Amino acid sequence: MATTRDNDDASNRLLASVDWFTVLLYLIMVVAGAVSIYASTTTSNSQLSMFDFDTYSGKQFLWIGFSFVIGFSLLLIDRRLYEAYAYPIYFVMIIILIVTAFVSPNIKGSHSWLKFGAVSLQPAEFAKTATALALAKLFSTYGFQLRGWRTYIAPVGIILLPIMCIILENETGSALVYFSLILVLYREGMNGFVLFALLCAVSYFVLVLKFASTVIMGIPLGTFIVLTCIMVVIVLMLLVYCRSLILGRNVAIGYIACALIAWGLSALGVHINGYAFFFTVIPLSLIYLLIGMFRDDLNKVLMTVIFAVVSIIYMFSVTIAFDHALKPYQQNRIKISLGIEEDLKGKGYNVNQSRIAIGSGGLTGKGFLEGTQTKLNYVPEQHTDFIFCTIGEEQGFIGTSAVLILFLTLILRIIAIGERQHTTFGRVYAYCVASILIFHLTINIGMVIGVVPVIGIPLPFFSYGGSSLWGFTILLFILLRIDAVRSEYGTW
Amino acid sequence: MRKDYNLEKRKFVIGGFIVVIVAIYLCHLFNLQILDEKYREIAVSNARSTKITHPSRGQIYDRNGNLVVYNEPAYDLVLVPKDVQEFDTTTMCRILKLDRKDFDLLWKNMSDPKKNKNYSATTPQPLVQNLDSTTYGRLQEILFRFPGFDISQRIIRRYNYLAAANVLGDIREVNAEDIERDTDNYYIPGDYTGDLGVEKSYEKYLRGVKGKEILIRDARGKIKGKYNDGKDDVAPVAGKDLQLSIDIKLQQFGEKIMRGKRGAIVAIEPKTGEVLALVTSPNYDPSLLVGKDRGKNYAKLVSDPSKPLFDRSIMAAYPPGSTFKPTQGLIFMQEGITNINTSYPCYRGYINKGLKIGCHGHGSPIALQPALATSCNGYFCWGLYYMLNNRKYTNIDSAFTVWKNYMVEMGYGYKLGIDLPAESRGFIPNAKFYNEHLGKGNWGANTVISIAIGQGEIMATPLQIANLSATIANRGYYFTPHVVKQIRDVGISKEYTQQHRPNINREYYDNVITGMRMAVTGGTCKGANLPGLDVCGKTGTVQNPHGRDHSVFMGFAPKDDPKIAICVFVENGGFGAQVAVPLGAMVLERYLRGESDEIESRANKWSDKWLEENPSIIEDEQEQLTTNNSQLTTHNQLPSNPIKGLPLNREQQQAILTRPTGTIITRDGHYKG
Repeated sequence: MATTRDNDDASNRLLASVDWFTVLLYLIMVVAGAVSIYASTTTSNSQLSMFDFDTYSGKQFLWIGFSFVIGFSLLLIDRRLYEAYAYPIYFVMIIILIVTAFVSPNIKGSHSWLKFGAVSLQPAEFAKTATALALAKLFSTYGFQLRGWRTYIAPVGIILLPIMCIILENETGSALVYFSLILVLYREGMNGFVLFALLCAVSYFVLVLKFASTVIMGIPLGTFIVLTCIMVVIVLMLLVYCRSLILGRNVAIGYIACALIAWGLSALGVHINGYAFFFTVIPLSLIYLLIGMFRDDLNKVLMTVIFAVVSIIYMFSVTIAFDHALKPYQQNRIKISLGIEEDLKGKGYNVNQSRIAIGSGGLTGKGFLEGTQTKLNYVPEQHTDFIFCTIGEEQGFIGTSAVLILFLTLILRIIAIGERQHTTFGRVYAYCVASILIFHLTINIGMVIGVVPVIGIPLPFFSYGGSSLWGFTILLFILLRIDAVRSEYGTW
Repeated sequence: MRKDYNLEKRKFVIGGFIVVIVAIYLCHLFNLQILDEKYREIAVSNARSTKITHPSRGQIYDRNGNLVVYNEPAYDLVLVPKDVQEFDTTTMCRILKLDRKDFDLLWKNMSDPKKNKNYSATTPQPLVQNLDSTTYGRLQEILFRFPGFDISQRIIRRYNYLAAANVLGDIREVNAEDIERDTDNYYIPGDYTGDLGVEKSYEKYLRGVKGKEILIRDARGKIKGKYNDGKDDVAPVAGKDLQLSIDIKLQQFGEKIMRGKRGAIVAIEPKTGEVLALVTSPNYDPSLLVGKDRGKNYAKLVSDPSKPLFDRSIMAAYPPGSTFKPTQGLIFMQEGITNINTSYPCYRGYINKGLKIGCHGHGSPIALQPALATSCNGYFCWGLYYMLNNRKYTNIDSAFTVWKNYMVEMGYGYKLGIDLPAESRGFIPNAKFYNEHLGKGNWGANTVISIAIGQGEIMATPLQIANLSATIANRGYYFTPHVVKQIRDVGISKEYTQQHRPNINREYYDNVITGMRMAVTGGTCKGANLPGLDVCGKTGTVQNPHGRDHSVFMGFAPKDDPKIAICVFVENGGFGAQVAVPLGAMVLERYLRGESDEIESRANKWSDKWLEENPSIIEDEQEQLTTNNSQLTTHNQLPSNPIKGLPLNREQQQAILTRPTGTIITRDGHYKG
């Protein structure tokens, strides 16, 4: 009897310590998702109710039901099992991924589905959880710390392995998700400079391509902007990274002086070539820094100079790489999402129609089931990857901002959960969940509103599909179970 | 448990990153959803498709309520090129009963902007026109399998009487020019518009008001139902019916007796100005210009050397000949140049200062009434001579201007304003005209004397001559002749209910009428002396240096209560009394005594006999066309004719020159190829 009472007490404590706020956010999202699926798939002459299993929404409600069972079961499992079996789970998952790549039927070019009778599952959705567990397990290994390049081999390997398997399945979109785990490495000690460099690389890439067609001072506007950015970054790095006020100030004054002189000359009618200007001013400043660095933090200033040089080389290679390394359809997708090219009938059709759907929603939307773009099938894939459109069209700006705020709240909550963990395992796992959600949110919404290239990944909890829903449910509820341990410490 | 507080700060970087992303997306969404209005419109134009519903075109009745023109539906297969997807051509060909080659040819013609001037990828383009009813039915069943295709219903005009083509006109598809000119923005490619006749002049009433249906269209172009349950739809308003003033049976009768001749008959009800019959010959069957073969038939009519599309009754300007004389008598009396008893000498002609204008044998000197009865040239030449030389006008220019103003008041020289397109204005010279062509001071009464007898520069349409007849019958006023008695629910335009009164006293008209009655009872138009009908008339024989004279008759009846005034003009018919008078008499009798087998058979007999005796009139056409290019005149002393090819008015040019072959019309109204 006593053990039963103990068990009851334990589960009561467990239920009391589960983060109910997160559960609430989860519930709101999955129900809103299923309702949106109903709105996006029902037609005017359909007599079927939202819960009919012949409709997508009915099936989604069924998946939601299963999710509750899965989620509840996960909460009942001893948290130590997750940590103990992290590696086995990871390796089994990798094997399943590889097997899937070979046995799966070809569905629109991808080999990522496993069929079990009437049910099809996409192992890639579950591999995220396995990878997160493995990464958490690695970081929680006694004495493991990111210090020196050798220590990066294991975590990077854990991340790259599923990526390669999924690329093998021809599901590039899902594979990209794992790159988001770099945020976890950052949290666990990776040099922030890597993130900054990545950010610069992406921004320079977009700027160079987007503004390639206009010409200013005899050079493309994109190049002009990026070179200006590089100058600003040099100054900022001197001030913030090197903490060298004098060098930063001098270089900044030099740049501004040169810019003013160039501006004054061109106002007087002297034509100044952009390349001539930048490749006089920037090298001069770098030479100045090379001389000046001996009076300062040598390594950091040298780093700044190298960064500037690499940035310039990178900028020129972007154009060349874009034109020669990417396949035409990839170039197209990128150009369309950067707004360089319009191809409303072909490659850009989805994004354009999705933009029209969202744009036509206005502040309050057209009303539930009143979306014309939605109902008349103007946006393909609307119940899956483009589900955000339906919300945008029928619920307007209020609906879209509500969804964004929900996700933002959830992600920030998960970060908070991560930071309150007593174990490295829990913290790393939480950051894995947050990173994956950040990536999905950024890419999916960005794609639907047309600012990010079309990469076919679902909007977590909203998009139709059992695999995706269960994958995210498992990911989230394992976190909740790990988090619920907090209160157990006292009893140990 | 190691906790590195330096690293913990990085949660702000990661959290901050997602906050920034969400903020950027919110801004973007705010711009997309709230600031930018264009997406709402695009979504509306995506989802809604407006379908025009066509009103039924007004029907046309004759003055006695006989239905003349009515509508019959016709079905066309149309398609919107942009919306057409790959489709099963085999099935389509089978149902259309076309082989693949013909189908491809139709397709090519439809999509070739050179052949299909209204081509646009986003509007319905006709592929196959006038489907028969079985094809229509079978297509209707399978159309859902062919996105982008549709069947458009259209009306075809049908004719109960194969007559009055010149009055009725026809309808045709609008062309780019019509759409450009259309200030009401009514027409879209594929619409029909009146081309000739009342179909053109009453187009705005006949066409009605279009309706629209707003439909919901899905991404594949399929129609999913009515928008807003059809609450925003607009029902079309049917076009107004027209009641013609034409008596369609009289018109048929007139067309029958004009068979084999070139010319025109115009009959007007004097009290109202309503045109009872407007016959032109050669004529054509109005149903030729309907449906599939319209283009082919139209081209045939245009290239026909006898020019059936040319409505001689209102477009041809002829010298009116002696039918002009009553106007002269009226002017001379009103101006006090003559009175009822004034007599002028005529010894087989007008002989003055070496100029001689011939006349035939009758007593001399002669007064107005016998001069009208015998159609004496001398009397009217002397009259004009004395008028133009009368000192009260100070000079010949102002005398001529007075004369010209009377002519204009009587409806000559300008368009009368009949409600049909392309009326000719005829020609009445003014002093300026002669000053320009002959030089100021270089011309005198004798130079222009032949205008007194309706020759020389004078040109008039048969309609203008009939209108003179109506004015005389009314003893001094006329209503603008019109062929539409009323537009249902609208009535009739005000301009047709206004009396026009030349400034000539009633008594002078009585004098002229007596003369015209004498012409019938004992003068040149004895052939029109119908017992009990009191016909008054005036013949005309228009001298034609290039061939046989034109035969003209102008008259009205009964004398004291005129019910009909007519003009008969037969080109190359010979003396007025030979053809025009018997034709005129038959029309008067047919109208006043009503329909009867007796008159029909008499008309047939007369007509057949005449055709036997004059078989060559129509066959002569080719030769006529090449030789008959100028009808100018009998001015003996004009050394050479200064006036060549008077300009046509703009409408005439449009009516004639826009026809595909680009023909030219000469002064007397003949076409030259």
